[in-house]
Amino acid sequence: MSIATQGEGAIGAVRRSGEGFSMTALTSVLRRDLLLAMRRKAEVLTALFFFLIVSSLFPLGIGPEPALLRKIGPGVLWVGALLATMLGLQRMFYSDHLDGTLEQMVLSSAPLPLLVMGKIIAHWLVSGLPVVILAPILGLQFDLDPGALWILALGLLIGTPVLSLIGAVGAALTLGVRGGGALLSLLVLPLYIPTLIFGAGAVQAHLSGQGAGGHLSLLGALLALALFFVPWATTAALRISLE
Amino acid sequence: MSHRLINWFKLSSPYSFFPVAGRLIPWFWALTVLFGIAGLYVGFFIAPTDATQGDSYRIIFLHVPASWMSMFIYIVMAFWAGMGMAFNTRLSSMWALSLAPTGALMAFLSLWTGALWGKPTWGAWWVWDARLTSELILLFLYLGFMALHAAIDEPRRADRAAAVLALVGVVNVPIIYFSVKWWNTLHQGSTISMTKAPSMAQTMLWGMLLMALCFWMYSIVAALIRLRAIILEREAHTDWVLRLPEAAA
Repeated sequence: MSIATQGEGAIGAVRRSGEGFSMTALTSVLRRDLLLAMRRKAEVLTALFFFLIVSSLFPLGIGPEPALLRKIGPGVLWVGALLATMLGLQRMFYSDHLDGTLEQMVLSSAPLPLLVMGKIIAHWLVSGLPVVILAPILGLQFDLDPGALWILALGLLIGTPVLSLIGAVGAALTLGVRGGGALLSLLVLPLYIPTLIFGAGAVQAHLSGQGAGGHLSLLGALLALALFFVPWATTAALRISLE
Repeated sequence: MSHRLINWFKLSSPYSFFPVAGRLIPWFWALTVLFGIAGLYVGFFIAPTDATQGDSYRIIFLHVPASWMSMFIYIVMAFWAGMGMAFNTRLSSMWALSLAPTGALMAFLSLWTGALWGKPTWGAWWVWDARLTSELILLFLYLGFMALHAAIDEPRRADRAAAVLALVGVVNVPIIYFSVKWWNTLHQGSTISMTKAPSMAQTMLWGMLLMALCFWMYSIVAALIRLRAIILEREAHTDWVLRLPEAAA
């Protein structure tokens, strides 16, 4: 079965599910996006290797002293995770916009915020979750102790969904705009800064003996805030882009 | 009553607001100059020298008003952008667009004067403190708003897309304001408080308030001038613009 027919099948499912329980709309979009991602493994792996290479470049550029690496490690890994998430953002709506699938989603009777949530979750599973799993292993390169590695992974687990959520608004706003890629980073990166501060700060706070609880709670607050507002903001942005 | 209401709504059309804006500009210029002279006089000649910081503190007469305006303009801009999106009124979106460059200027001035104050006081041009960082993010938000608007050719679509961005970014403004409490770092807490008596000399406070009024009036003037240009640009195809003496000349 080709990708195109898969896409049509999913849209059919979305249409049908509009009449029933709307959660099926979310899961069918999620399943479809994951399937599409699995069919194009190269793109997913590129973002992961990008994360790997970027975070390995820093020790080469700065020098191999363990004390220094331990200090910059959390920040470097977080910035790497942030950039790796950015890489996949443009694809979130782009190909669906090109082949008209997105228009069908907007027209379908299923609530658009739910369909958008499905796409965001798919983006996180493809680009955020691998980073969360890979980060503790890369953290070993920076001489982080096991406790710090746990905090790093936990922070990324709470923080990367925030990145996917905020990024979705930017991706929807820059859809079909010329110079979209560079513009997307200009719009989204400033909004990522609080997540970065709290995420990297959690590990720093743990290393300095303060405990990471406060930072992780603030990350959780950001996630709750983003989860509430982003589906609506993204929906509004998509409708504007498709006018 | 109904008569007054109609009058107010009449001003929401670019056609009727254009001449009103033209008549308002000289008045706001006058107020800017007046408050500016008064504020600078109080700030530089009347206000006493600070016991700990010496005369270098006097840059707060520019720094604090610029910071206030940068935050205030963002809220006003987001408000008008939101109004433009909700009610589809053209003038609201034009207001939002014309406020953005002034807001960006204020954010930049705030960072610049902050650096000039930080060097003698803290011994560093820049510290990675929460307030400075948030002000920098605010500058980026202004730039993002303008860049997104510029990237979309169709003005109405650009208005609405930029409005979504402004409303998303407005979440950042309270973060700036409360950041002092969240991260407890180098930057001193806010000097003016609503609840307890101000910890600064009365004349310093007056100088700052006068300068804030000066910056406020200047922002209105700058936005009005820009707004008139935007109206002319967008309504260039209409008869009333072609009949304007400015266009005929």
